[in-house]
Amino acid sequence: MTPVLAFAPAAGVMILAVLLIVAALVFYLVSVIVQLWKITEGLDVVIAGVGEIVAKSAPVNDIVTTINQHLDAGVDALEGLLVKKAGIEDAVGLVDGMYPGSAAAGFRNFPDSAQITPPRIGEVYTQGTLTLARLGREAPIAAANPAGPVLRNVEAGSLAARLLYPDRRQKRPKSLARSPVIGADSPEQYEQRDDIGAPRKRMPTR
Amino acid sequence: MILWWIGDAVLLVVVVPIVVYLLRNVLNAAKSIVPSVQAIATVAAAGSKDLDAGALLIRTQEQAIETIAGVANYGGSLDVILDDADLVEA
Repeated sequence: MTPVLAFAPAAGVMILAVLLIVAALVFYLVSVIVQLWKITEGLDVVIAGVGEIVAKSAPVNDIVTTINQHLDAGVDALEGLLVKKAGIEDAVGLVDGMYPGSAAAGFRNFPDSAQITPPRIGEVYTQGTLTLARLGREAPIAAANPAGPVLRNVEAGSLAARLLYPDRRQKRPKSLARSPVIGADSPEQYEQRDDIGAPRKRMPTR
Repeated sequence: MILWWIGDAVLLVVVVPIVVYLLRNVLNAAKSIVPSVQAIATVAAAGSKDLDAGALLIRTQEQAIETIAGVANYGGSLDVILDDADLVEA
């Protein structure tokens, strides 16, 4: 009588090989599944974080755009006011005096201002400085005597400020001479005094 | 019977190693993804925390508008009390 489970040795080896393959498949696939679970958990955390980022950054664009619009409007107004009050050349000189080299960029709303050679307002008192004087005691040139009254009359500021200008200014002339231009390339050159830099002729008394 | 043995040999010497090699590579690839995902999760959480101050932008916007309004009012006053540059045209 032939046994029920009797089979050739080659068949047994075949079955063993198949079992090996199945065991390997089970081991590795289960391991891969475990790793995929970890990946899923990590991606859940990522999605939550990204969701928070999206929610928190959603209004940023509108807010920054609004801020920029208001800042642009402020820049436009201040540029226009400065050019209106000081003139384009002195305006460029004032800005260049505060921020050296910025005149090369010019004003945003006045493209031609980049071509202007800025007057050296930082070195010479000009209309810009006198304009500051009209603002009151805070301007250094207006503080003639700290103990005295304020030069600017706050109740009639315009008239009081006008009095700070030379007499001929009070006659409201149609035009006045421009601010002096200095420097090596200035239109009017002055000879240097010989006594500048020379030894003192007489020592100051103590 | 000889063909059967040849089949067994091919199965054990060729198919099993190839199956194990491929499965092992898949497992290694899956394992290599896990640290990257965890690092991304950490960065995303930190990035979200960095944006906590974004809510303050609303106050910044309000202050910018108030500041520009103040500057505009000041400029309007200056426009009234100061002469225009036309007066000193050469």
